[in-house]
Amino acid sequence: METPLTQNIGPTKSPPSLQEYRANGGYRAAHKALLEMESQDILQLLQDANLRGRGGAGFPTGMKWSFVPMYKDRSEKRPKYLVVNADEMEPGTFKDRLLMEGDPHQLIEGIIISAYTLQAEVAYIFIRGEYQRSADLLNQAIAECKEQGLLGDNIMHSRFNLNIFVHTSAGRYICGEETALLNSLEGKRATPRAKPPFPQVSGLWGRPTVVNNVETICNVPHIVNHGAAWYKGLSLTEDAGTKIFGVSGRVKNPGAWELPLGTPVREIIEKYAGGMQDGYKLRGFLPGGGSTNFLTQEHLDLHMDYTSIGKAGSRLGTGTMIILDDKTCPVGMVRNLEHFFAQESCGWCTPCRDGLPWVEHILTEFEHGRGEIEDMDVLIRHTHLLGPGNTFCAHAPGAMGPLESALRYFREDFEEHIHSKSCPWGHGSGS
Amino acid sequence: MERITTLSAEEIAEINAEAAHYEQPQAASIEALKIVQKYRGWVSDESVNAVAQLLNMSPAELDGVATFYNLIFRRPVGKHVLMLCDSVSCWIMGCDGVGTQLKNKLGIEFGETTADGQFTLLPVTCQGACDRAPVMLVDGELETHLDEHKITEILANQK
Repeated sequence: METPLTQNIGPTKSPPSLQEYRANGGYRAAHKALLEMESQDILQLLQDANLRGRGGAGFPTGMKWSFVPMYKDRSEKRPKYLVVNADEMEPGTFKDRLLMEGDPHQLIEGIIISAYTLQAEVAYIFIRGEYQRSADLLNQAIAECKEQGLLGDNIMHSRFNLNIFVHTSAGRYICGEETALLNSLEGKRATPRAKPPFPQVSGLWGRPTVVNNVETICNVPHIVNHGAAWYKGLSLTEDAGTKIFGVSGRVKNPGAWELPLGTPVREIIEKYAGGMQDGYKLRGFLPGGGSTNFLTQEHLDLHMDYTSIGKAGSRLGTGTMIILDDKTCPVGMVRNLEHFFAQESCGWCTPCRDGLPWVEHILTEFEHGRGEIEDMDVLIRHTHLLGPGNTFCAHAPGAMGPLESALRYFREDFEEHIHSKSCPWGHGSGS
Repeated sequence: MERITTLSAEEIAEINAEAAHYEQPQAASIEALKIVQKYRGWVSDESVNAVAQLLNMSPAELDGVATFYNLIFRRPVGKHVLMLCDSVSCWIMGCDGVGTQLKNKLGIEFGETTADGQFTLLPVTCQGACDRAPVMLVDGELETHLDEHKITEILANQK
C-alpha cells in the first residue's frame, strides 16, 4: 500500500530538513514542472488524475483552477494569488496539522508547482493562530528554500518568481469558508462574500485567486512525479488517490492514517482505530467532521469516498470520523455541535445568526428535561429554514447536517428526554 | 501624520514587516493586534488607536476586527491563559468534567481571572488534536489526555 503523503511522517520521525527532503526525492516534481511543463500540461494532469478538494467540499481541483484567467505571456505582471487554507477548525479534524508538522517541505513544493501552474507570484498560507508549531516549521522551510534558490526570483533558473508568506489568524471557524478567508486575509471581519464573482476571477484585492486546502496541495507533487494513472490506481474506488482518515471518540487507538480512498469504514474503525474501547458500543458516527450527517452501524461497510458517503446521505467532509458510543447522549452530542456552530456564526445573515442560537437553546432544554413534543417539529423546521439556499454561505446548512440526521436516526432518544423529563445519560456529561 | 507614541519601536518594526507582505497594509491588522498582545498581554483602546493609525484604518474598523477574532483579548488576562477545548471529540472524552475540576481548583468560572492574576480560564474550539482528547492550551502550548492528575500537575508547574 503506497502512502505518498505520509512517506516522510511517522511517530518517531522529525520533519525532514530541506536536505533530507531532497534526499528522499523532494523537489524533483517542482523541477520537472517548472522546467519541463507548461501550465496547461499540469492542469490537464490534475484533471486526468481526478484530484478532488480535501478540505470538505470535494470540488475537482483541476476544474477549480481552469476558471482562472491565464496570461499568454508569463512576463505579464498583473497579480494573481494562491492561498492555502490551513485554517483547520472543523470539529473532530486533525489531518492538516499532521501534514504541516510532519513534512512542511511537501506543502511548500506543492505550492511552488500550483503557483507556477496558476501564474501566481505570491502565495499565502492562511493558518489558524493556534497552530504555532506548524507556522514555525513552515517559516523555517520557506527560509531554507530561499537560501537554496527554490523560492524568490528565477526559481531553479526557470524565470518563475514566487514568494510564500505565512499568515497566522486568530480564531473563528468561518475563516475556513473561502470568501470569508479572503476577507480575513485582507484584514477584515471574516464574513463571506457573494458569489459570483468567484475568487478565481476576483478574489484577494479583486485579483484572480485560488484557495485550496493543505492536503489538496500536498497531493500535487506526487501527481506530477508519477502521473494520473498511478494516482487513480491508489484508490479502491472511482474517487482517486489516498486520503488522511482519522478516528476520534471512544476507540482503542484514536489517530490518523493515510489510506486508499474507498477504504471501508469498518476497516478504518476496527483495524486502524483498534475498535471500540471495552464496554462501549458504536451507535453512530460523523464521517468527516462536525458538519457532516450522522451515519450508523448499517453504514459500516460503506467505502469512505466522496461518492459512497454522499449516496448514503452524508459527506466525506474532511475524512476524520467522530464516533458516537452507546454511553454518550446523542442529543447532548448534537447540542455540543450546535453550540459550536451558533458561537462561530459570523452574524452576517439572519437565519444563521438567529436560528443557530435558537436551535442550541432548544437542545439545551431537552438536556435539562424541559423539552416538549412540539419542539421536535420546531427543530425539524429549522433544518429546512437553515438548509441549503436559505443562507449566505454553507455554515448553517453544515450545522443542520448532524441535527437533521440525529432527528432521524436517534428520534427515540429525543423522545425519551421529553417523556422522562430528564437526560437518560445525565445531561452534559460525556459518558 | 501624528507620531505614534503608544507603540514601541519593536512593535512598529514588526507590524511594518508584516504589512510589507500585502498589497494593502490593512491585511496585517490581525497580525498587528497579535504583535501588540505578545508584548502587552492584551489590546487596549490606546493600542487599537495606534495600530489603526499605523495601518491607515479607522479605529472603529480595527476594533470590529479585534472583537471578531477570539484569540485577540480586548481585556487584560492573567499571567497564564488556559484554553480548554469544548468541541465535540473532547466533549465525548469528558472535557466537561475537566472544566469543572479546573473551575473548582482555580475558584473561577470560564471567562474569569483568578484574584492573584495568575490564571485566566477560557473555552476554545476544536484544536485539531482530537486523537489525544481532552486537550487544552496552556499559554499556547498544547496539553493532551487531560485528567484530574494531569491538571494538578499543570497548575503546579505554572505557578
